[in-house]
Amino acid sequence: MTALAVRAAASRQALLAVAAPVLGLLAWHVTTSGPGYHLIPPPADVAVQWWDLAFGGVWDDLYSATLFTHAMASLGRVYGGFALAALVALPMGMLIGRIAVVRDLLDPSLQILRPIPVTAWLPLAMIVFGIGPRSAFFLVFLGAFYPILLNTVFGVRSVEGRLFEAAAMLGVGRQAVFWKVVLPASLPSIFTGLRLGLGFAWVVIVVGEMTGVQTGLGAIIMEARQLSRTEIVISGMVTIGVLGFLSDRMVQLLGQRLLRWSPQHG
Amino acid sequence: MGEVLERPATAGTVLPILDIRHVDKRFAFGAETITALSDATLRIDKGEFVCLIGPSGCGKSTLLRMVAGFETVSAGALLMWGKPVSGPGPDRGMVFQDYGLFPWLTVSQNIAFGPIARGRPKAEAAATARRFVEMVGLTRFADAYPHQLSGGMKQRVAIARVLANDAEVVLMDEPFGALDAMTRERLQEELLEIWARAKLSIIFVTHAIEEAIILADRVVVMSPGPGRIIADERIALPRPRDPTGVEFNALRRHLSGLLGSHH
Repeated sequence: MTALAVRAAASRQALLAVAAPVLGLLAWHVTTSGPGYHLIPPPADVAVQWWDLAFGGVWDDLYSATLFTHAMASLGRVYGGFALAALVALPMGMLIGRIAVVRDLLDPSLQILRPIPVTAWLPLAMIVFGIGPRSAFFLVFLGAFYPILLNTVFGVRSVEGRLFEAAAMLGVGRQAVFWKVVLPASLPSIFTGLRLGLGFAWVVIVVGEMTGVQTGLGAIIMEARQLSRTEIVISGMVTIGVLGFLSDRMVQLLGQRLLRWSPQHG
Repeated sequence: MGEVLERPATAGTVLPILDIRHVDKRFAFGAETITALSDATLRIDKGEFVCLIGPSGCGKSTLLRMVAGFETVSAGALLMWGKPVSGPGPDRGMVFQDYGLFPWLTVSQNIAFGPIARGRPKAEAAATARRFVEMVGLTRFADAYPHQLSGGMKQRVAIARVLANDAEVVLMDEPFGALDAMTRERLQEELLEIWARAKLSIIFVTHAIEEAIILADRVVVMSPGPGRIIADERIALPRPRDPTGVEFNALRRHLSGLLGSHH
């Protein structure tokens, strides 16, 4: 392909990627701008509200210029809960995947706990951790935990047997085989688990912040709903969407660097 | 150890590199026991190129895997330099048909893997890797990952990997079976060159009679049900061998007769 053709293809792709949101915005605008419809605010109103939420200077009310505080609170819980989930799920998954006794001990219980949706844990979390950020943190942890655990177990268990033989005949001892073979071979799966886990952490954060916390994107969404400030609800949703997208892109870029060797990632 | 092992009367005073004596291999299949290999006896001297041929189920791969240390011996003795083989080790390098390269390592890292695993300093391992990358003609691909290589290139890496790790015996399990005819021929030539230069001992499993005659000093013929050795033929033709030659074809006919009569 010539440079020109490459550039044409790239701009075509960019155009298509932008087309759907533009059409969506247009449809949103057309259906909500007419007189007599007040349930959902039109996009322009949401944009103004988002600006006020982020920088102030429009309404100058209780919510003006608070977006950064709320976003930071949510980011802290998402990454904190996610990091804790990774810290527990990674070693646990490796042990379950590699040691039969641990697998027989934990796997049946985990299989029963797993189908319980995170939202079902909400009341229990509130009883145990009280009303506040600790419940939110716990729910984020739980949401991120299972995808990381399951993908780690899968990755560790599905290392090709041939690679163990290759390592053994090259002189790798029993202890070193984990670091030299199992860990690198299961990195793609582990990575998929981390990416899914971080995605779930963002999904769960709104639920987690419904538990009466003062700050956080989920908290203002719920609060604004009660006050019928639907522009704020949508502004919060858009912010979560953008932050979730950016954090997924970051993880993806990291993966492309670390997993250059893998045909599925490189 | 410590037991005095009987020495066959025909043996010279030189210790063979591999001494396989009356080896059986049985696998349990539920309640049934299947004999994969029965009473295999084979002496291989240092520097010999031995091909094992036979139809599937004749135990040739099983025998190779026992020499590699991946399988235990059910009966008999399997000695390297007079000592029983007790597990896989770098003195016996294995080249698999499906390569078995580490996909997360580059060509040179794959080749340096063995030396590093055995505690060689990084710089020394890297120098060794460079030397063997060059030896198998992959200098331009030193930093490529396995998924970027063709089958023939992968198999070159697999060979370089065991040589860089000071393997004395190279065990090859149908290594060129998955390659196209042209690549296979070129790799056969290269392998003979490396074998002669590095004074290797090679056990090469194949089911292709022609490949065995092109490569081997000795062709060991095996037959199934239960797997056993039925002939051990010395190939005295000078190398490089011409597959269209009269003597070559006489050998081919002889070996395929041996294989056919035991089907």
